Amino acid sequence: MTSVVRALRAIGKFWGDFLIGDAPELFVGTVVFVGAALGLRHRGDVAVFVLPLVVIVFLSGSVLRGRARS
Amino acid sequence: MTSSTAVLALAVFGASAVEMVEALTIVTAAGVTRGWRSALEGAGAAALVLAALVVAIGIPLARLVPIDFLRVVIGALLLVLGLDWLRKAVLRASGHKPLHDEDAIYTKTVADLSSHSGDAPGTASGANPSASARRPDRQTGSPWRHGPRDATGFTVAFKGVFLEGMEVVLIVITLGASSGHLALAACSAAVAAIIVSIIGYLVARQLSEVPENWMKLAVGVMLTSFGVFWVGEGAGVHWPGSDLMILGLIALFALTAGLLSVAMRAIGPSRPSVAGNGESA
Repeated sequence: MTSVVRALRAIGKFWGDFLIGDAPELFVGTVVFVGAALGLRHRGDVAVFVLPLVVIVFLSGSVLRGRARS
Repeated sequence: MTSSTAVLALAVFGASAVEMVEALTIVTAAGVTRGWRSALEGAGAAALVLAALVVAIGIPLARLVPIDFLRVVIGALLLVLGLDWLRKAVLRASGHKPLHDEDAIYTKTVADLSSHSGDAPGTASGANPSASARRPDRQTGSPWRHGPRDATGFTVAFKGVFLEGMEVVLIVITLGASSGHLALAACSAAVAAIIVSIIGYLVARQLSEVPENWMKLAVGVMLTSFGVFWVGEGAGVHWPGSDLMILGLIALFALTAGLLSVAMRAIGPSRPSVAGNGESA
């Protein structure tokens, strides 16, 4: 294996661990959040409530999943 | 300095302090077992590489990428990182995940390094050495300045500081570039690293009494709040109160994390808790 391939694999592993790690639901939640932010950009009055709520829902779900795995 | 700038500096300072406490544990273990000269050189080299990364990535990012696009991407990264820190902090605070044990990490690292003591120039002495043994001995000059160089000690200290520091670099670049305060963010991280190093040297140990989990929870709340704010700003959402909304988000997510911790503690474990459950630290 060349050093370039090894370096690319290491970079891929770092970003995989960073973005997904052992809680892929948080990555999904972030994607949903970004989609919601873009979709609600002209509805600021709704976005103010919906966007934090999306975060709270996914965080709570992830904590419950972590508890189930503990 | 606006409130959001102060919170930004505080978030970077807290994140850097937490990660540097973890790095200090590894550097201390490397110094005790393999010699301080190589351990400190390894730590210093890693710090230089991390600083170079901030300059090489952060400055072009802030100058060349459109600010709204940058805020969405960077806000999303902050959100992933912040939520992960929050999740782990809540699980630890409620007893569903073992606390990050610096003493255990120190003991394991010392044991690992001592197993190579056949070729070690350091003072390999097994686990839990006394405070005086951990402090570099400047009176004798050995192994603080004139001791032989040791590749293992250098590598372990370098990896420890580099890997723990990578998250700090990401936080510095993301928060700094998206807010236009890259220098302030970098300085906050550097000050935290210096303060942790000085305290670590003065007390001559790996700072196991630091309330690491609460610090991680606080930083997780701040990173999540900045992530939500920047993604919204980048997408075109107009937050009420502009930058002051960050303080509102911090209050909301702090309350959420507190309630989740209490609720998880009240619910109790789903099964008898076992350390090393496959989740990463």
